[in-house]
Amino acid sequence: MSASLRAPVLFAFMAAALAVVGFYQSWSLSLAILNLCLISSIMALGVNVQWGYAGLFNVGTMGFAAIGGVAAVLVSAAPVGEAWSAGGWGLFLSLLAVIGTIIAIVLIRAKMPKGRARGFAVAAAILVGYTLARWAFDPAVDAIEAVDPALSGYLGGLGLPITVSWAVGGLMAAGVAWVIGKIALGLRSDYLAIATLGISEIIVFIAKNEDWMTRGVKNVTGLPRPVPYEVDLQQAPWFLERVAAWGLDPVEASSIYVKLSYALLFAAVLLVLLWLSEKALNSPWGRMMRSIRDNEAAAEAMGKDVTARRLQTFILGSAICGIAGAMLTTLDGQFTPGTYNPLRFTFLIWVMVIVGGSGNNWGSVLGGFLIWFVWIQAEPAGRWMMDVMTMGFGEENPFRLHMIESAAYMRFVLMGLILLVALRFAPKGLIPERTKLG
Amino acid sequence: MTDILNAFVVFANFVLVPGAAYGAQLALGALGITLVYGVLRFSNFAHGDTMAFGAMVTVLVTWWMQGHGVSLGLLPTALLALPFGIAATALFVLATDRVVYRFYRRQRSAPVIFVIVSVGVMFIMNGVVRFIIGPDDQNFADGARFLISAGDFRRLTGLEEGLAIKSTALLTLVVALVVMAALFWFLQKTRMGKAMRAYADNEDLALLSGVNPDRVVMVAWILVAALATVAGVLYGLDKTFKPFTYFQLLLPMFAAAIVGGIGNPVGAILGGFVIAYSEVAVTYAYKRFLGHLLPESLAPESLVQLLGTEYKFAVSFIILVVVLLIRPTGILRGKTI
Repeated sequence: MSASLRAPVLFAFMAAALAVVGFYQSWSLSLAILNLCLISSIMALGVNVQWGYAGLFNVGTMGFAAIGGVAAVLVSAAPVGEAWSAGGWGLFLSLLAVIGTIIAIVLIRAKMPKGRARGFAVAAAILVGYTLARWAFDPAVDAIEAVDPALSGYLGGLGLPITVSWAVGGLMAAGVAWVIGKIALGLRSDYLAIATLGISEIIVFIAKNEDWMTRGVKNVTGLPRPVPYEVDLQQAPWFLERVAAWGLDPVEASSIYVKLSYALLFAAVLLVLLWLSEKALNSPWGRMMRSIRDNEAAAEAMGKDVTARRLQTFILGSAICGIAGAMLTTLDGQFTPGTYNPLRFTFLIWVMVIVGGSGNNWGSVLGGFLIWFVWIQAEPAGRWMMDVMTMGFGEENPFRLHMIESAAYMRFVLMGLILLVALRFAPKGLIPERTKLG
Repeated sequence: MTDILNAFVVFANFVLVPGAAYGAQLALGALGITLVYGVLRFSNFAHGDTMAFGAMVTVLVTWWMQGHGVSLGLLPTALLALPFGIAATALFVLATDRVVYRFYRRQRSAPVIFVIVSVGVMFIMNGVVRFIIGPDDQNFADGARFLISAGDFRRLTGLEEGLAIKSTALLTLVVALVVMAALFWFLQKTRMGKAMRAYADNEDLALLSGVNPDRVVMVAWILVAALATVAGVLYGLDKTFKPFTYFQLLLPMFAAAIVGGIGNPVGAILGGFVIAYSEVAVTYAYKRFLGHLLPESLAPESLVQLLGTEYKFAVSFIILVVVLLIRPTGILRGKTI
């Protein structure tokens, strides 16, 4: 198959697979898979910008997705006025203390000569700043979390439309990526991996434990939606008319309508990001990035600022992951910090990029679709397979029950195998990077 | 005077003793990571799950032995099952090396490719462990629970505070010491150990001197399997066996290996204890400790805890970042590849 035909054929195959699910299982399920495919593709795109363009090994996707989720809460949840009046000042004071400490450290480092005295001064500033911040922070947090703990107990958000949070999530992720990149990008490649792994765990720990901000493991539910609710649709005359005209069941149709609206929104975001990524890849900037990736020394000799360019791509890729994270929380309608799992949110995305084709945006998008589809469908398929394989044992046989119950974990093994097979036999992925010769 | 003694006992009970056991566990894990890094030249993301795998086999054999009435008396039965766990893990990692890693070694792939490959291996081990034993906590500890319990200690010394020493804590330290001594003896004194160090130091030179690379790699993997299994089992005995916790240990273990100087075994041990003690010391609430030392009027009302225990993994990360910024090669100079 020629290279130019490859991508359309593979995408058509993907569409057919989703259609098969629609016809044989249900359209609602098919659209639910499609929605998560779209979000996964965006995350894969973000990882591809980092890995495929610049060769940065970021295993902190989970953290950036969680930042997006936090952004969704902070932007769209209804503000809790009582909590603000209970602890807003305290939080503001502790924020002032933190900023003051940072300014003090910067000043000390600028004014004092290097040496032991400066080290002690910095340590003292940190100690004083930390004590002040905690002094203001602790009672404020207690006061906030005491406000109606069963329902709120947190500050709430701004009450803006949740789609705004997609951009905010991207910006917040970019900000965090800037800090991490400043620290870790000067180091060797696997140190970046460990640093990003660590920071993503910490971000999720913060989301789980800082109840005043995210309600922690109590979850924030009932976030506003950018699309109508099924219940409202089922009572809207225009909708019922339309449904009746097509002879559909209103309940089923409303669910499909909602999922389809999400799919259109997500697809629009994906297309915009994909278009931007393609533009970037084929610009002089993209060529520069690839030259840095392929031969760092030569690029540096040509006067390219390697570290700064890497920081740029790291921020861009992380921002894309942040956008996807906010979209995911939007789709769920709730923020549940307990569900962030590195296998699902970081390493699965990596499988997508590697299988799809690192360095090729279309490839990563395809990888996002394909791997998510396999990931979802592997669970029922695995259970069915175990069921068939252990048919010979009795219905209540403990071995058979264990096998069926544990079948869900086989998909981890499957993902590992897919990754290893792809790396070994098709290291360039399904849609390889385009290389122009001459 | 008793106040000072009481304060010391509280500190020992909550910081010194648990930190020592945790440090030994981290050190064993970090030794495995550092060995892979030194000999095979990549950061092994599957190491946490290798520990989980080894511990899982040991747990299963332990259960089987317990079912047949085998017991070590005061010591946990898991010690008897440990060799089986090591053997199974060694076979597993050797098989992975043969099927997966060897190909990339022959191709002389970039280290980052090895890291991605190890992510694939991690997925598989993760799935296998959960498939066989499930994702939940498993209890396999038996034998004496405490060397000395808090109550006994109070009765013996007449102090207000008690010092409880879990038998698993002492066991961890003793086993870790034995394993480390054996490892260093092997690396320093045996022909194979010297060959391994030569290979880690300069591959081409070692090959020229007639070192057989396949044997070095094989022995290294067996050592890694043994270290990982011992670390995993000790951690499981001391705390609890749960597959996901081993993945989470990856960060502190990497931090320990890098902080100590990656590729340097002494550094890995040092790093393990540095990380463990910092974690425990920063997340410990000093209220009772200070309560004994300070006069009544000054006794703190708050917990005097620098960071909540839920952030203990953040501590290892912060230490890692600080060391990387100030001294990227680690406390004892490790290698940079």
